[in-house]
Amino acid sequence: MAATTVVKQQAGPRAAAGPARERRGRRPARLIALLFVLPALLLLGALVVYPVLFSVGRSFFDASGTRFVGGGNYAEIFRDPATLKAVRNTAIWVVVAPSLLTGLGLILAVLVEKVRWATAFKLLLFMPMAVSFLAAGIIFRLAYDEDPDKGVLNAAVVSVHDAFEGTSTYPTARGRTGLLTQDRDGSYRTTATPGEPVTLPMVGVLPKDLPAGARPAAPAPHQAGPDELRGVVYLDFTPGGGGTQGKVDRRESGLPGMRVEAVRDGKTVASTTSAADGSFRLTGLPGGSYTVKLPESNFAPPYQGVSWLGPALVTPAIIGAYLWIWTGFAMVLIGAGLATLPRDALEAARMDGANEWQIFRRITVPLLAPVLTVVFVTLVINVMKVFDLVYIIAPGPVQEDATVLATQMWLVSFGGGNDQGLGSALGVLLLLLVVPAMVFNVRRFRRSQR
Amino acid sequence: MMRRRTTLLTGCTALVLALGATACGGGEVSAGGGDKALSGQTVTVAGVWSGSEQKNFQKVLDAFTEKTGAKTQFVSTGDNVSTVVGSKIEGGNAPDVVMVPQVGVLQQFAKKGWLKPLSGTAQQTVTADYAPVWKKYGSVDGSLYGLYFKAAHKSTVWYSPEALTQAGVQPPKTYDELLKAGHTVSDSGLAAFSVGGQDGWTLTDWFENVYLSQAGPEKYDALATHRLKWTDPTVVKALTTLGKLFKDKQLVAGGQKEALNTDFPGSVEKVFGPKPEAAMVYEGDFVAGVAHDQYGKSIGKDADFFPFPAVDGGNAPVVSGGDAAVVLKDGKNAKAGMKLLEYLATPEAAAVWAKAGGFLSPNKKLDLASYGDDVTRATAKSLVGAGDSVRFDMSDQAPAAFGGTKGAGEWKLLQDFLRDPSDPKGTAAKLESAAAKAYQD
Repeated sequence: MAATTVVKQQAGPRAAAGPARERRGRRPARLIALLFVLPALLLLGALVVYPVLFSVGRSFFDASGTRFVGGGNYAEIFRDPATLKAVRNTAIWVVVAPSLLTGLGLILAVLVEKVRWATAFKLLLFMPMAVSFLAAGIIFRLAYDEDPDKGVLNAAVVSVHDAFEGTSTYPTARGRTGLLTQDRDGSYRTTATPGEPVTLPMVGVLPKDLPAGARPAAPAPHQAGPDELRGVVYLDFTPGGGGTQGKVDRRESGLPGMRVEAVRDGKTVASTTSAADGSFRLTGLPGGSYTVKLPESNFAPPYQGVSWLGPALVTPAIIGAYLWIWTGFAMVLIGAGLATLPRDALEAARMDGANEWQIFRRITVPLLAPVLTVVFVTLVINVMKVFDLVYIIAPGPVQEDATVLATQMWLVSFGGGNDQGLGSALGVLLLLLVVPAMVFNVRRFRRSQR
Repeated sequence: MMRRRTTLLTGCTALVLALGATACGGGEVSAGGGDKALSGQTVTVAGVWSGSEQKNFQKVLDAFTEKTGAKTQFVSTGDNVSTVVGSKIEGGNAPDVVMVPQVGVLQQFAKKGWLKPLSGTAQQTVTADYAPVWKKYGSVDGSLYGLYFKAAHKSTVWYSPEALTQAGVQPPKTYDELLKAGHTVSDSGLAAFSVGGQDGWTLTDWFENVYLSQAGPEKYDALATHRLKWTDPTVVKALTTLGKLFKDKQLVAGGQKEALNTDFPGSVEKVFGPKPEAAMVYEGDFVAGVAHDQYGKSIGKDADFFPFPAVDGGNAPVVSGGDAAVVLKDGKNAKAGMKLLEYLATPEAAAVWAKAGGFLSPNKKLDLASYGDDVTRATAKSLVGAGDSVRFDMSDQAPAAFGGTKGAGEWKLLQDFLRDPSDPKGTAAKLESAAAKAYQD
């Protein structure tokens, strides 16, 4: 932004000096012009030119600022995994965010033109612009929180998921180690012969998490028919300690509603659900041994939702927050361009029988191209300096996965890295990347002034 | 890190105040009668404290005024002591005494030549009344500059007595017992530990306790100053020990993924909050403050601690931190400032704040009866009792780039290790390369 001002200021006096062609008046006029520009030039020199030059110089020295390292800091940018990641992420940002925003803005602007409550709608979309990045960052940090009790996005995802999939009764329960075997899919099994009692000891359920109807566990039944399996699924943990592992002790509770299956040769031959005291009975089983299985559906852990702020999704998630803020801006700007479009071209196209899509593709977009470019380039410049959103939304463990040039520049120079040499090098790199976009914008600005 | 914990200590203070410790102890201190030799002078003291910590420190300063007649003025520097003090010195407005919260900052000040060595009297008191380790952490290149007035105890495992009773386990004495007790707790349906992995410093504290106990204080010191490389087998062993706990889904509430998503206050909430998910949380004495202030737990009854247990037959670790008082050369009343330090070295001064609460003193001479409640008394006893085996928080001794930066260095690497503890050797190698860069040797 600063560079734009520089050029504007310089362009000013030239334009002012232009009409003063008379030889006599020329010199004093120039002097006066210079006098007028001087304060601005001084300010710009002190606040823009000097810091830029200082940073360039500083970037050739090491962390302490005393040893000259030449291009060492620049080489370090591409060697250090963290800064390299920042370069990569900035590239993603620059490519993805402005294109998405311009596209979204265009679509919304065209659509909004056709709705009745256009102004209200525009106002609504533009409102996030009034929210500071810091506040927006905090809002989205909360919205993206992985805990469905805190993060609204995961709350939505989880409730949709649970509506279709349902939840299990004992997500925390597990078989007593050594007494039950756990299969790879999370189910537990043991072997049993009909006629003998089967005990299925489980642990890991809090007393308050037991289903309401749970009763003290039935002791292992002794009489069972020759073709039936009888047994008990129970919580093998006596509150306050004590009790024998693998035995039904006095104060231990049964686990009702547990699905139990008898399996032979990989085929389920009988299945049932345990009663309030945890007892179950599987009938119609001819002699031989069976595998008694508690299928994993009993224990399926609750669905946790999407880890928005995990290493993989954190950058897209932050770009999402950025879109929320800037869509209104893109829409309003493009909308303004849209309003100045020559109506006759559109009318003519309609008369010739073009449909709305054709008008959009062949007329609106090409005519809007200059505005779209301005919006795009402005956003590119803006995206390069994105800092607050990244710094606030990314939690500590994934900060490095989300980092961009601006955050990395701050982190290595002041946020603990204490290497202002490398920080300056990153700053210079950022400047070099922004300059083409600036030049482009300034050129366009001048051309449109002429 | 340290700064953050200091703010947490504020909570502790409020807690003990609420526990019914006598509200004010300012009056009784000057029993010996002051000679008012310093009347008319003003000592300026700068420190990170604010809120109730500042208020309680003011009581100590008031007691000093009563004794000597010198006026005092406390300036809160906010988080960044070294920047504030540096600019004040340059501006010709240096405070006389600074309370320095980190060893690294004390060394930085001493190397810049800002500090005055302690007076003979103060040195004698430190030698006689403090464990030698405190003298060591207050010294730079053989001269003693810092007097440790206030200490923190970072080897305390806080637990919910109700949850441990429910599971029928006793506070364990060794690390193996700790894991065993953890498994029993998890059988009862509650996870054993809640780990606040979203804050890197909780993980460095875990590591430091295991390492200090397992590898011993000599290796700990060597590693803290980076004379020992992080690729050393002892580091790999400590990481392996820690990894065994981290990767056990039964021991860590919600498993590794949830641990990484839990910050320090969140980890306290998981034990002492309205919906408990775990029975124990490891962190320093300031856990008590959070448990009391935020969740209304009464300390000693609904929340208690046991010392971090010994690992593999070593001694039980005592990791600590503290605020050291130093005198600046450029202060206008440096002489009176030194008198204040001499006063702070006495058990009399420590007793003033101990009574107000939220304070531990490394001074051996301080009567444990001065502390306002039993839990604080127990932590103080453990800290003083550890004598010379107390070690300072290693990450606080390291350059900030390695030991104190969100998302970088040790914090980040231990978080990665929590996410995937399968390769302790690889983690050690990464720690070494990050350390080499930060220490620049």
